[in-house]
Amino acid sequence: MKVLVCISHVPDTTTKIKFLNDNTVLDTTGIQWIINPWDELALTRILDIKDAKPGSIENVTVINVGLADTEPTIRKALAIGADKGVRVNAEAKDSFYIATQLSEYIKKESFDIILCGIESADGNGSSVGGMLSELLGIPSVSAVSFLDIDGGQIQLKREIDGGQELVNIPTPFVAIVQKGICKEARIPSMRGIMGARTKPLQVLEPIVCESLVDIANYEYPKPRAACKKVDPENVKELIHLLHNEAKVL
Amino acid sequence: MSILVYTENWDGKFKKVSFELITYANELAKKLNTSVTALSIGQVSEEELKKLGTYGASKILSVTDEKLITLDNQSYTSVIAQAVAKENAAIVLFAQNNAGKAIAPRLSVRLKAGIANGVMSLPSNLAPFTITKKSYTSKAMANVVIKTPIKIVTLLQNTIGIVESPVSSTIENFTPEINPAEIKTIVKEVNKVTGKILLTDAEIVVSGGRGMKGPENWGAIEELAQVLNAATACSRPVSDEGWRPHDEHTGQTGKIIAPNLYLAFGISGAIQHLGGISSSKCIVAINKDPDAPIWEAANYGIVGDALKILPEFIAAVKELKAGQ
Repeated sequence: MKVLVCISHVPDTTTKIKFLNDNTVLDTTGIQWIINPWDELALTRILDIKDAKPGSIENVTVINVGLADTEPTIRKALAIGADKGVRVNAEAKDSFYIATQLSEYIKKESFDIILCGIESADGNGSSVGGMLSELLGIPSVSAVSFLDIDGGQIQLKREIDGGQELVNIPTPFVAIVQKGICKEARIPSMRGIMGARTKPLQVLEPIVCESLVDIANYEYPKPRAACKKVDPENVKELIHLLHNEAKVL
Repeated sequence: MSILVYTENWDGKFKKVSFELITYANELAKKLNTSVTALSIGQVSEEELKKLGTYGASKILSVTDEKLITLDNQSYTSVIAQAVAKENAAIVLFAQNNAGKAIAPRLSVRLKAGIANGVMSLPSNLAPFTITKKSYTSKAMANVVIKTPIKIVTLLQNTIGIVESPVSSTIENFTPEINPAEIKTIVKEVNKVTGKILLTDAEIVVSGGRGMKGPENWGAIEELAQVLNAATACSRPVSDEGWRPHDEHTGQTGKIIAPNLYLAFGISGAIQHLGGISSSKCIVAINKDPDAPIWEAANYGIVGDALKILPEFIAAVKELKAGQ
């Protein structure tokens, strides 16, 4: 089986976010960039299966839509164990633009399983995986929290709002992956990092595509009022405040 | 033109978020001088369907085709696209939950309709259509302009208070074309959570962190949740340690919630955790570290040992409830 993992290049989730130019662009000063956490979990899971069940997966490719500055993130995915990297040389405009660029590449190759994280830590769009499957005209399963391959049989579990379902779906399909798919993302080994330097990283030019949405600007969330602290000896006072002042009890 | 709302039911009863969506759509319809049509897929009684009219849906399309018994993203997208065409809908609303995330992006491509996900308020401007959504995992908000004639909006759960606004409504059996060959998702097994309040639906959430010391101490968290009719949650280290199931993990990579009251016992409040709870209306922290980041987010709190304070907290809540 051939697998593609779509990865996004996002600010480290512990980074403080600031904007420039009337809050229209992200201030990238001092930002550490990482593989989007959900994408990294998807990649880790498929590599775990590949290692545990030799022959189940032929190869794992990772793809990113981004300018040259995203290459260290792609190299990290290769260091973790992906076999090949692809970068579509374009600045990501919106989810539709990204999904369109990805679909162009996928149409020319043939993948059995395409994995996307359920959300990106920057745009929080939760859209690329679903859009991609629709552009390709193939099935999608969303909120996938379990994936296994056994003797060519694929097992998937998805989260529903109030439970879980064990789902069968024919290949090729897009699995949109969430937390639970694996415990922790892989940390690249020194050998992996060295090996990643010589793995192929193909750069493709984008096709022309209009975005469907624009971001006019950003705002910061309103700061919360200072915390009202109650003496530990007076728990009743806290309950009183929650009942009479905050009116939430 | 109209606003089309995709409403979801759970065993034939509408989810709370469905009424939130109708309330939101009704407010938006007033601004646009249009009407609200609700789309229901599944076996829902007429009495239950009528409830949508209480919140402002003047037309209710009910699809009861047995082929749609489980969520198949492609066939649901087709059904909703047919409803959009029939109603000449200019705006389509979904919840930002598992179903909404599964279907809305596909519909976006099908209709060439721009999408704004995770919205918490009405559009700030109608032309160009500008709407605020969360971004950078709630560390910022983006003002998004949707440029296409049809617009898709997904609403964060529990951010809009339900308001009754009864209208006379008509219920119509809608029979869209469904191609059985298109249905590719086969559900082999369902594991439903029963007897528990869903974390994303709950108005009150009781949550525990590493300060709870171990899974053996969770009895008190569960007891408090029961007294308050609340859901239980936990921080990431707790689910990673296996003290609690993963579906309780609340935070940036776990569940994003917005209850009226979030009670955090022994949670230090790493920025990733705050990303999942910062839309809560009231956050209460019980933590012995006076410098923990949770105090930046909390509205009320006690600096103290969560394990020591929990029993007193439960007793005080019981006393309050007894007096009500």
